[in-house]
Amino acid sequence: MKKQILICCGTGCRANGSMKVAEALNQAVKSHNGNAKVIADIKTTGCHGFCENGPIVKILPDNLVYYKVKPEDSDEIVEKSVLGEEEIGRLMYKDDSGRPVRSQEENPFYAHQYKMVLRDVGEIDPENIGDYLERGGYEALRKAVSMSQDEIIDEVEKSGIRGRGGAGFPAGRKWRTAKRYDNFPKYVACNGDEGDPGAFMDCSILEGNPHSVIEGLAIAAIAVGAKEGFFYIRDEYDLAVKRIKKAIQDAEERGIIGASVMGSEYSLKLSVVRGGGAFVCGESTALMASIEGRVGEPRAKYIRSVQRGLWNQPTVLNNVETLANIPKIILEGGEKFAMTGTKGSTGTKVFSLVGKVKRTGLVEVPMGTTLRHLIYDIGGGIIGNRPFKAVQTGGPSGGCIPESMLDLEVDFDSLASYGAMMGSGGMIVMDDRSCMVEVARYYTNFLCEESCGKCTPCREGLRRMLEILTDICEGRGREGDIELLERLGHTMQEASLCSLGKTAANPVLTTIQYFWEEYEAHIREKRCPAGVCKNLTCFEIEAEKCTGCGMCARGCPVDAISGGKKEVHIIDASKCIACGSCRETCKFDAVRTGARQNVIEGRQAV
Amino acid sequence: MEVSRENIEELIHSYECSQRHALAIMQDMQRRYQYIPREGLNALAKYLGCPVSSLYAMATFYKALSLVPKGEHIIKCCDGTACHIRGASTLIDGVERELGISPGETTSDGLFSFETVNCLGSCAMAPVLVVDDVYYGRVTPEKLKGIIQTVREGGAK
Repeated sequence: MKKQILICCGTGCRANGSMKVAEALNQAVKSHNGNAKVIADIKTTGCHGFCENGPIVKILPDNLVYYKVKPEDSDEIVEKSVLGEEEIGRLMYKDDSGRPVRSQEENPFYAHQYKMVLRDVGEIDPENIGDYLERGGYEALRKAVSMSQDEIIDEVEKSGIRGRGGAGFPAGRKWRTAKRYDNFPKYVACNGDEGDPGAFMDCSILEGNPHSVIEGLAIAAIAVGAKEGFFYIRDEYDLAVKRIKKAIQDAEERGIIGASVMGSEYSLKLSVVRGGGAFVCGESTALMASIEGRVGEPRAKYIRSVQRGLWNQPTVLNNVETLANIPKIILEGGEKFAMTGTKGSTGTKVFSLVGKVKRTGLVEVPMGTTLRHLIYDIGGGIIGNRPFKAVQTGGPSGGCIPESMLDLEVDFDSLASYGAMMGSGGMIVMDDRSCMVEVARYYTNFLCEESCGKCTPCREGLRRMLEILTDICEGRGREGDIELLERLGHTMQEASLCSLGKTAANPVLTTIQYFWEEYEAHIREKRCPAGVCKNLTCFEIEAEKCTGCGMCARGCPVDAISGGKKEVHIIDASKCIACGSCRETCKFDAVRTGARQNVIEGRQAV
Repeated sequence: MEVSRENIEELIHSYECSQRHALAIMQDMQRRYQYIPREGLNALAKYLGCPVSSLYAMATFYKALSLVPKGEHIIKCCDGTACHIRGASTLIDGVERELGISPGETTSDGLFSFETVNCLGSCAMAPVLVVDDVYYGRVTPEKLKGIIQTVREGGAK
């Protein structure tokens, strides 16, 4: 009998120590070699998505999944579950009712998902091309080389697939336009510069199934007539870079790409360019400047990059997730693909569901899934069952969506109509302890640092907005600030050069729109309702709720909390730095926040 | 690693002479020396036949490149959105308190450099701290003290 042990070695699980688990399991299997009845094959895979509970170990064909596995569990796993048929209850995931679940299908985090792009991620060894080939890999490319260029583009157009990077431009139309230009050489490029903080789906796809992206890019190259292609990958993604490089090399050695693509007359050379750590390089023209070896500044797009892109030649640039969808479209036809999702946004979308939600990780659902379904059914609701406040979508270009809109069906168009955007798929859930003004300030600060400085509205507008927001957060907000922010934001939307600047005001404008009262509380009452803005918040322990467990005192970084065992604890306001760690650690909800007006006024008087 | 002319030349010449490799070459230098030495910029400009100023522009534009030497240990605190709302700013304050330096600075003894980064793709374990490529998840101010202590005692690597 043959069994397989899959160990997730995505970035998240690695950070949780999965490489050590893999090593220990290898050892354990070796030391149990005497049992010839079971041949165990160990495979390190890409991300399973449920990173919070990593390292994840899956045993096939039993379809038994263990979470938070430690190296010291490996002997027991091999003895009981690999050589035997026994389950280890403590390593299994417990569903909402506390019942341990065996497979991923029974796990509520996975049960509501629909995996197309992520189907093989977590099942195959990303560093082994044989694994990908075994699962029908590169069959789509084989089919594509036998089709005409127009036939390929027809399928992609029929599928209706839109760019997953955020803008949602139809991929088929982009290819069609690029193909039409009779200007050679042409280039294709894959945008793997996933800069949105809080989003890591492209990273997981590149790491977990690099060949699917290579196959997609190769099909794009054939469709438009390009002979050279680039992967532009974010500098922070070491593992993704390593895996893509290895995958390109393996594909070349097998004659899949290179001088002859699958034995056809097409040729294709692929290379990897590492990003330089600049957010603006996710913008198409800035990315191309960076590949050319220049400063990554965008240019005005009177002429689109499909006409004049890399080295002024026609260039098709697609996002990682878009390309990973292409092989399936070619194999099964565009019409089949279009059956999933909504009318205007076909297919599925991978979201990174993070923040204050119980089950965090990567999830893939059909377009048109409601936010409520994502956050409550898949995500399991808010940590500690606190009230939901907002979900931030689309990264720094997106917006914050309030509770009243939880039943919104998520696709490219629905979110845009509310001033937010789906973006690349980051979904950050916030509870009542997240301050929306501070979140707006956070994004503005991020963009202010990342603005390339080429155009004035973005460079100066962001700086001014940041000053105003910082003033509001620190208790110096004035009447008229909100209106001024809105005016600045609208000007930036109108006048900025690239979409970084055009969308930079979205976090500010949406928080003003949906959380106006919170801005007013900061400005008029000098109070932060969420208890986040340090200058406006003081922390107190409620005597009735405090059990004297001492957790808060142990966690306090400045020793500002005192109190004996089983006695009510007290916070010394003169020492307190308002970091909020006591509120996070308290299991009895005994830490209360209040306004700190006196302190502020006192400071101003000085 | 010591900066010598032979070293730099060898690194530069491993790439063909084309502007498109400028960023990659500088990233290699960054990796080897932990910063871009002045000699490196000069030699690269000569090799590519471009003005030093254009390389300087790149070195100051891209966050991955630095023109000043970094400390022995590099502490990166993730301040991506997920980490931010789960308390990254408390950690940043904590590191500042422990080491007496702000993000982007190096301690005077050259032992620590402190940086904030925008997202490490490990959002599920927020807040995340990385010391010399070792990841620490769900870091609290209390844990932070211990982590820095271990690095001080030379236990990180």
